[in-house]
Amino acid sequence: MQEIKRKYVVPGDKVIEGNFRPLMNVIKAGNSIIATRIGIAETGRDGVKVIPLSGVYIPRVNDIVIGKIIDHSSLSWEVDVNSCFSAHLPAQDVFGRDFSPARDDMGRQLAIGDLIAARIIAFDRTRDPMLTIQDKDLGKIPRGELLKISATRVPRLIGKRGSMIQTIEQATQTRILIGQNGIVVVMGRNLDGIKLSIRAIKMVEEEAHTANLTQRVKALLNVPDSPQAESSSVTQTQNNQKGEEIQSTIEEVEEEKIEGGNA
Amino acid sequence: MNQTKNLIDENGRRTDGRNPDELRQIKITVGVVKNADGSAFIEFGRNKIIAAVYGPREVHPKHMALPDRCILRCRYHMSPFSTDTRKNPAPSRREVEISKVMRESLEPALILEDYPRAAIDLFVEVLQADGGSRCAGITAASIALADAGINMRDIVSACAAGKIDNKIVLDINDTEDKEGGADMPVAYMPHLEQVTLLQLDGILTPEQFNECLDKAIGGCNMVYEIQRQALMQKYFGNETELKEEQ
Repeated sequence: MQEIKRKYVVPGDKVIEGNFRPLMNVIKAGNSIIATRIGIAETGRDGVKVIPLSGVYIPRVNDIVIGKIIDHSSLSWEVDVNSCFSAHLPAQDVFGRDFSPARDDMGRQLAIGDLIAARIIAFDRTRDPMLTIQDKDLGKIPRGELLKISATRVPRLIGKRGSMIQTIEQATQTRILIGQNGIVVVMGRNLDGIKLSIRAIKMVEEEAHTANLTQRVKALLNVPDSPQAESSSVTQTQNNQKGEEIQSTIEEVEEEKIEGGNA
Repeated sequence: MNQTKNLIDENGRRTDGRNPDELRQIKITVGVVKNADGSAFIEFGRNKIIAAVYGPREVHPKHMALPDRCILRCRYHMSPFSTDTRKNPAPSRREVEISKVMRESLEPALILEDYPRAAIDLFVEVLQADGGSRCAGITAASIALADAGINMRDIVSACAAGKIDNKIVLDINDTEDKEGGADMPVAYMPHLEQVTLLQLDGILTPEQFNECLDKAIGGCNMVYEIQRQALMQKYFGNETELKEEQ
């Protein structure tokens, strides 16, 4: 396993000196790497990055997000994805390539106010994000309780290999969909379960940076502590999970959606 | 300038009992405005100031947006109850100026190119004023920006220095500002060692100017330590070093 050095940083702090590759939330100034956000700096073999602890959601290509349809033109829907950029979902993505604005009624497929799970397929500095719902686990979300958490807390809510979210789902008999943009939808048949699940999610959001969070969530949910309960510190969990397994978190979000769809 | 009273007594103490090189008591609390994306409350002597940051968010009106970078909009405002005689809440000429210099002093620290076509809104509300409120405002604002998770090259710290009784002193308060000889607010990026704001009200000789600037920069470095501590306290509690638990 490669050696990773971690430390707490605020903007302007020198993370490390030397010839390292800047990866995320760092800039190179002369021979040193400078942090640009508050967070935990990680120096690994592939480069230096800072895992931020605050901030609004900025879209990234391949993120799974949950958005709300706010408007449509004759060719695309406009989707609020909880960011400073509003996303676009082209009508062709939903109707297929033979879409005709004259023939097809866009409001019939997705009405204003509908929630969708979508993937960002294109986003750069010059254009607003473009979405797709053409994947087996994406599309309209028919029902559920909507809540917003900070996007920086999403990896913590999912937990290492989805442990946190699975704990909450199993204990409360609910299905939870999480978008990378911090929008969460809780679905279930049992009202008490949904309420408890929301309480647990809010607790994770508020206490994301504290130690032994999993144990406290389990206490809230009345789940007995398993022997292999996470003994590592919270920051570490966050790091491992968010840094090295960012791809797997996305997959986990998708898995949640598949399960949600079947329920 | 006619001085009606001595601003430095025979023991070398100032009107509020400080030494010439002493800052007022500073306390910063991070994250006081829950609705905002980032916020800070600063008590800088008797100044009490709240700074709140919203964004990056969509720009309204849309025509203000810039295609290649984010815009920073800044509003400095003094509450009607912040001074002993009621202050008209309408933005005064002075407040418009301070909003502008505040924006210009913070812009160099922000990496605005990371958020094209967006806006960052910064509100600085003075609840109680006691001289040096623009410096205290900048100090709080840069902490609020960091709290909002906006990419920054450095934290901006601000502190004034000035001349009273023909002597250069640090951190001018309200009385000293009104009765003294000169007031020089300075904003400074401690890591980059760059000055982002320098104003001067009064007359200084070139030697006094240099001394005053050095003193103000020294003050900024002291302010920075307090800013850093406040941020660390909010995000990491009392720990300053990350403990590895393998």
